[in-house]
Amino acid sequence: MDVFFQQLINGLSLGGIYALIALGYTMVYGIIELINFAHGDVYTLGTFFSLAILTLLGVDSVVHGPALIGVLAVTILGAMILCGLTGVIIERLAYRRLRNAPKLAPLITAIGMSFILENLMLYWRGPSPVPFPQVIPNPQFALGAVTIQAKQIIVVLLAVVLMVVLQTFVYNTRLGKAMRATAQDKDAAQLMGIDINTTIALTFLIGSALAGAAGFVSGMYYGSTWFFNGFGAGLKAFTAAVLGGIGNLAGAMLGGFLIGLIEAMTTQFISDQWSNVVVFSVLVLVLIFRPSGLLGESLPNKV
Amino acid sequence: MRLIAPLTARLPPALRTPRAGTALAFAAALALPFIGRNGAFTNFLADAGAFVLLALGLNIVVGFAGLLDLGYAAFFAIGSYSYAMLASPQFGIHLPFWVLLFVASAIAAIFGILLGAPTLRLRGDYLAIVTLGFGEIVPQTFLNLSQWTGGPNGIGSLDQPVLFGYRFGFNPLPYYLMVLGLIALAAWLANNLRTSRLGRAWMAIREDELAAAHMGINTTSTKLAAFAMGASFSGLAGCALASKLQLVSPDQFMFNVSVFVLAMLVLGGMGNIPGVIVGSLILSALERFILPQTTNFMHNVGLNVDLTNSRFLIYGVILVTMMLFRPEGLIPSRQRKAELHAGQADRRAAAAEGELLTEVIH
Repeated sequence: MDVFFQQLINGLSLGGIYALIALGYTMVYGIIELINFAHGDVYTLGTFFSLAILTLLGVDSVVHGPALIGVLAVTILGAMILCGLTGVIIERLAYRRLRNAPKLAPLITAIGMSFILENLMLYWRGPSPVPFPQVIPNPQFALGAVTIQAKQIIVVLLAVVLMVVLQTFVYNTRLGKAMRATAQDKDAAQLMGIDINTTIALTFLIGSALAGAAGFVSGMYYGSTWFFNGFGAGLKAFTAAVLGGIGNLAGAMLGGFLIGLIEAMTTQFISDQWSNVVVFSVLVLVLIFRPSGLLGESLPNKV
Repeated sequence: MRLIAPLTARLPPALRTPRAGTALAFAAALALPFIGRNGAFTNFLADAGAFVLLALGLNIVVGFAGLLDLGYAAFFAIGSYSYAMLASPQFGIHLPFWVLLFVASAIAAIFGILLGAPTLRLRGDYLAIVTLGFGEIVPQTFLNLSQWTGGPNGIGSLDQPVLFGYRFGFNPLPYYLMVLGLIALAAWLANNLRTSRLGRAWMAIREDELAAAHMGINTTSTKLAAFAMGASFSGLAGCALASKLQLVSPDQFMFNVSVFVLAMLVLGGMGNIPGVIVGSLILSALERFILPQTTNFMHNVGLNVDLTNSRFLIYGVILVTMMLFRPEGLIPSRQRKAELHAGQADRRAAAAEGELLTEVIH
């Protein structure tokens, strides 16, 4: 039972990372109905950007006191901004021109962008795993036989905080309202004076920035990354978004945590090798039995 | 086509038909290894031929039916492993190659149906991600089930085909001729399917699924047929390549392979059989000759650039730039070209309408 609770903690922190990535998938899918295959690679790029910023700051070991807050703020915000801009550039280059083309076209450019990003990262940091410095002091708390690491708490907290900020933004600001309107009906939104291109670019900015934050968190959590990391993580995060109900922000969060738990439990009770297979089977089962996800409304086929 | 039009115009009418072009291309392909008389070149042709088969198969799914399959390599893997398990010392089973050719493509087709049946009812873009996941777990499963599949080492010393007592051995020539035969069969089959009732149903679904359904097409079973047919071609390719390499291992079937084949279609022209064949040959040649040669040249000039590492980057760039600027491919099918530019025509029409409106308002 202790093992179960330990994996519960591990799964939740893993899920925090997936939730942050899933938010980006679900936002983009919600607004332009495109599976942005490059999103997982933007997440990996976030880890590499964070690493570059830490190197620039000259930080390669644990930081204490007020300096820690400064370092964290600069690194996370820096990674978020750089990833956000990458997302906007991807949308501008690969998706905007194809907005009225058959569905197949932007999906193919999305897979192409994913390949391009992966291979640019391969050039940048090479094919082997790259170590990520432990910046945060990591005290561990014992709860009976279960240990909770400080970084696990940070992952979950950061995910929940960013999620609440996002929810507030989307439901309580003018720009958020513009995003929801565009998601519902692009033409009608345009007639109401909403600049669709800016709104969609904003969606990519926010979604990719969240992936950047997830990238930092994953570097901190795992202590390393490699150029191909985003492929598997992206697949799992997309599964999370579908599980929660695609287009639904709270659903992406819920789905992320559930996928994290499923992965942790599979690793513990079945085998590490099968975790991808199990997560993928979840995706197929959800799509067959409840394609609208846990919290989503069913999407009608637009004519 | 426009480029060679002045040349073909001088030919007698009998030689200007597509049939004559096909016969000419086939004759040239048949003569190629005998002109070259170069073992390495024939070897390349045999490998490239297997990928032409894959491209022809994926073309049915992506080009004809318009379904994005991102895990096509999984069916290739299933075909290859079927051959490996039934014609090797692994289990001591040694069925003849020619029988397994059909068995492997049937098994691949069955897996196509098994994956397709639950998922093809879904929205098209979900299919892309499901096939992506499938493409990921199939090699993973072959890797994990090491007691049957040899794990990361794969299965080796596969049987070589024997035809009327002639053993194929290690000479690439008989493999090439066999692959050429399979390509001819596959291209003939694909071309006949294209104009058949089923083929027209595929294209109707590709153009507008909702409209097709309302015209009485059973979209699920029609899409399933495309999936199964495409998968069966990869079973042929799997058998051919596995018997030639005498080895299968999980790393031959990773996601890269699916994207490699997809890039062949996008480059050559989705939905157009000659285009797909040409696109496939260009990319195979790029991988085997053009990149290593250019790298050599760069080294000789004093530039230390290794282009052989950038082939996946090039596939990514091909996918993006082709879809943006020439989505119909280098050798387009006329119908597909019209469809892929339909969005632009709509936009142009909408823009013109907008101007008209503003004129009216003012």
